[in-house]
This record gives sequence, structure tokens and C-alpha cells, in this order.
Amino acid sequence: MTRAIELAGVWKFFGDYAALRDLTLNVEEGSCCALLGRNGAGKTTLLRILAGLSSFEKGKAQIFGDSPRKGWPGYLGHGIGVYEDLSARENLRFFARLSEVAEPNQAVEKWLERVDLKSAADMLVRQFSRGMRQRLALARTFLHTPKVLLLDEPFTSLDDRAITMLSELLVESRNRGATIVLSTHQLREALAIASHVALVENGRLRHTGERTSEMLDDPGLLYRLYS
Amino acid sequence: MREKVAIGSAVAAAGLLTYNLYRMFMVLPDEALQGAIYRILFFHAPAALVGMVGYFVALTFSILYLSSKNFLYDSLAASLVEVSLVFSVVNIVTGSIWARIIWGIWWTWDYRLTSALVCILIFFGYLIMRRAIDEPTQRARLSAALCIFGCVDVVIVYKSIEWFRNQHPGPVLDFRTGGGHMDPAMQTVFGLSFLAILLIALSLVLIRTRQEALAREIDSLRRLAHTAA
Amino acid sequence: MRALLVARKDLAVELRTKESLNAAGAFAVVILLLFSFAFDPGPEMIHEIGGGLLWLVFVFAGALVFNRGFARELPNDCLDTLLVSPLSAADLILGKAISNFLLLVVVELISLFVFGIFYSVRWAVRPWELALLFLLATWGISILGSVFGALTVNLRLRELMVPVIIYPLLIPLLIATIELTNLLLTNQPLTASDFLWVKIIVVFDLVFTALAVLLADTILVG
Repeated sequence: MTRAIELAGVWKFFGDYAALRDLTLNVEEGSCCALLGRNGAGKTTLLRILAGLSSFEKGKAQIFGDSPRKGWPGYLGHGIGVYEDLSARENLRFFARLSEVAEPNQAVEKWLERVDLKSAADMLVRQFSRGMRQRLALARTFLHTPKVLLLDEPFTSLDDRAITMLSELLVESRNRGATIVLSTHQLREALAIASHVALVENGRLRHTGERTSEMLDDPGLLYRLYS
Repeated sequence: MREKVAIGSAVAAAGLLTYNLYRMFMVLPDEALQGAIYRILFFHAPAALVGMVGYFVALTFSILYLSSKNFLYDSLAASLVEVSLVFSVVNIVTGSIWARIIWGIWWTWDYRLTSALVCILIFFGYLIMRRAIDEPTQRARLSAALCIFGCVDVVIVYKSIEWFRNQHPGPVLDFRTGGGHMDPAMQTVFGLSFLAILLIALSLVLIRTRQEALAREIDSLRRLAHTAA
Repeated sequence: MRALLVARKDLAVELRTKESLNAAGAFAVVILLLFSFAFDPGPEMIHEIGGGLLWLVFVFAGALVFNRGFARELPNDCLDTLLVSPLSAADLILGKAISNFLLLVVVELISLFVFGIFYSVRWAVRPWELALLFLLATWGISILGSVFGALTVNLRLRELMVPVIIYPLLIPLLIATIELTNLLLTNQPLTASDFLWVKIIVVFDLVFTALAVLLADTILVG
């Protein structure tokens, strides 16, 4: 099994404050790692480093042997990442061209259909309901069929329809061999899809390993064990 | 160690300045054409030079920060900009006073004075930006970038304002009315004055650098306290 | 080129909302109008200071344009999405500079038109040279506006800081441009020493574009 994601001894400082301390984490290709931890533990910082959005002071971070800045992961952060003053179709076409998707227009139409936004494709995002925005965000994230997916609390504030959609998309991605890291507070949905878990606390990795069936039955298990 | 150097320079500077002031007022005669006011040169010119050089030393430290990510360089760069700014203001104020006495006007669009003013504005912007950023790593990174842009611009500013003044001549701030030669007695005082001002600048930079480091430490302790709570 | 994709996207949004264009255009007209009340200029005064007036108008109205530049990437965290994509930081800054440039040129054309009418100035006497000058100078303003838009995008008091930081840096460019504009508007021949100004503008553009590309990652990725 090749290592898709390798973090070795990573330290990230904000001034003299260490947000990540000597963090070492390996994620095998094709696996799905659920990143658990309280708010402020360092999950978002970690994901941003993997996405190439943040630099770090010490250690090594590699995605398929390359610097994270060079990669094209599917990234879903806290914001939906689409432009309010463009239509759904225009948004997706822009991102498709940026990511050099083959036959961008066709890909865009396929995804509009997939997230059930075909009928609203020419409406401005400004006029979208919350659920529609979430579904467009999902389309934008998965549009270029990424090999690596980095999702920061993706289930938060999704409606039921979007949660189902996201779960399906994640399973599909796993089936085609993509590597997924997602941070979450929604333990049930995430643990169902995850093959591995990692618990982060105060910038350190407290636990890392396979997702067991005990965890599935009792999602709060890890938190209780380590606090 | 750094503190000893800072205090040492300050004491040496105080000594030199006292000696110089005595020489300036008690020993040296008034200048032939300008009268008493020429003595302001002993502060005006060194302040100008220290100010200008300081910006470029800050540039060096900014580049060093970007390559090493060592916060010491960021503190040094910021302190140097601050201290240089102060000396640039001294330069402008003394130039202004001189202009008032000699030309009867408070300001003259002499190219050196004007360029110094533009530099002050550029690096004042640098300080304002630093104050607006709370997070130390971001502050260091963006300050370094701005310092690089600022210093490169300073070079272009000086050249362009000099050319502008060539095309639109006006009063020029030049202390050497006697054809460019300074009396040897004045030369020693000038040299010592320059050294004194350099030592003051060194002392101030070291003190400010220490303050910046302490401020950063306090910031991180504050963060630690918040996350622990 | 990816920078062009970004510029196209920005222009598409701008043409739909016309926020920056309306604000900057209106602001330019207002300044030109106020100037006529403040100074009641005759033709000789306009000849002497027309260049200066125009470029002050462009730079002040321009601030409205490039303040919006990076700010429009903030809602919904679009900036993060752009940086994660294959787009490099340098592409992003250049793309924004290109869209700033085009918007600024539109504002300049509107201003020239109004200026000509308000002050009965025939500004198109040396159209090609004037056009070249405007394009070169506007690029200098746009690239600096883009860089500092990027630098201040996540800072508080952003709108206050951009003018404070950019205007002093633009001084050499403005000096050169205003000198040449005055010469061209009054149809005077350009001497060899005047070409010094052209050199300054070209050097300014080249140096700051190069710096922008070199420091793009430093500025945008933290």
C-alpha cells in the first residue's frame, strides 16, 4: 500500500504558540481517515497544511511524495467556496477550467445533474437556498475527481438530503481509490465511512489506528478514553 | 549580553554628545556665511544617513526572516524601521528649521527633503500595517514583504524626485556654502557627532528588539491560557 | 493562462453587478466637478495642472476598484478554494491586476470624456502617445493595487490601509506620468530628458511586476 499522505514531526507555530506539536500521521492510499478532536485541537490547521493553504515551521508533509502546495485535492473548508454573483453553471465552469478538467462543459452538466441543481443552473448563487448552496459546494469539491479529499467538518449544518448525497459521494470516491481525510463532530456519519481514525488534542496526535466496530457502536468511545 | 551592548552604546553616545555639544558651542566659531545655525548640520546630516541606511539594513533582516523564519530577524527589522523613521523625522525637522532661518520659509521642496518625506510616509505605512496584525507569524511575513517593496521603491523615489528637481529647480538645502570644504575642526566634531548618533540608534534598536520579543512571548502565553481554559 | 481565467471571472462578476465601476466612475466625476468649484480654473490653469488633476482622480477612484479586488474573494472562503486549485499565487495576483487594469482603463476613459467636456480640453491631440502612456502607468497602479489588495485581504481596517500604503509607493510613477501627461495634453514636443520619465515608468512596471510574482507565495500563503 502506498502512503498517500505523510506527515512527519510537523510543528506549526502562530508566533510562539504551537498549534501542532511534533505531529506524525500516515494515511494509506484509498483509506478514509476521520480526524477527531475538540475545537481548537488543531484539526483545521492540519487540514489547511495538507491543502497547501498554510505553511509549517518544522517537519515534513507530503502528498504522494510531493509538496502539498502542488496538489489538487478536493477541499471543502468552512465556507462553501462559490461566488454569489455567478450562476451555478458559471461557478462550476470556472472551477472546471481552473482545475483543467477534461471536457469541462460536459463535466459541469454531469455534476449539476448529480447534485440535482440542473433546473437551477442559471440562477445566481445569491438566490439559492441553503440546501442548494451546500449541494453546489459538494459539486465544486468533487468536480475534478480528486485523488485526495480534504474535508473540514463537512457534515456540519447539512440538511438530510445533502448528508445522504455527501455520504454517497464519499463511498463512491473510496471505491475508486481516493484518499480521504475528514474532520468531524458528526461522529456517526463519519465513522460509518471511515476506515481509520486519528484523535488530535492540543496539537498532538493522541491516538491513531483503524476504525473498530466498538467505535461504530459507541461513537464517543475515543473521547472518553483519552480525556 | 545584548542589554550590556545597548547600555554601553547609550552611555558612550551620551558621553560623545556632551563632549560634542561643548565643542560645538564653546569652541567652534560661527560659520562665515550662515551664522550660528550651521551647527544644525551636525545633527541633520547624520540623522539623514542613519535613517536611510537603517531602512536598507531592515531590508536585509526582512529577507533573512523570509529565508529562516527566525523571529529575531523580524524584531530587528521592525525596530530598525521604527528607529530609522525617528531619525528621518529628525532630519526633516532640522532641515525645516535650517530652511526657516536661511530662506525664511518652513519648507522647501528640496529633493532630499522631499524624498525623505516620501520615505517617512512609506515606512509609516509599514508601522501602521504591523499594528493591524495580531498574529505574529502573519505580521512578520507581511511586514517583510512590505519592507522589500518599500526599499525598492525608495531607490526609485530618490532618483525620480532628483530628476524632477533638475527639471523644476527650486531652493536647495546645502550646508556647504563655502564651496564644499569643511574646516578640519568642524570635521572632527562632525565625525564624532555621526558616531554618537549611530550609537544612539544602535542602543534604541537593541532595546526595541527586546521589547518586540517580549511582546510576542506574552501573546503566545495569552493564547496558551485561552486554550487551556 | 490561468491568470486570464481569474481576470475573466472577475470581469464577469463586475459586469453583472457594476459595483466598482459605478462607484469609481461617479467618484471621478464628483472630484472633477468639485475641482471646478474649488479653483474655478481657466484654460491656462488647466494646461498647467490638467495632468496632475487627472491622475489624482484616477488614483483616488482606482482605490475603490482595487479595494474590491481581493475583498470579493472573502465571502464563502473563495480565496482558499482558489489557492487550493492548481492556480499559483502569482497567477492570482496577476489575474487580479489584469482585471483591475481593465476596470481602471474604463474609469479613465469616462474621466477623460468628462474632463474634456467640463474644461473644454481637447485631450486627444496626441492620442497614440497618450494611450501608450496611460496603459503603462495604469499597469503600474494596477499591479501595486493588486499586490496590496492581496497583502491586506485578511487584515482589519483593510480599506483604510490600502490608500495609506499604496499612495506613497506610487509617487515616483505619478511624478513621471503627470509630467508626461502635461506635455502631451499641451502638445509639446518630447525632449531627450523627457524620455527619462518614460524610463522611470517602464522600470517601475517591470520591477514591481517581478517583485509581485516573486513574493506572491509569501504574501498569500501563511
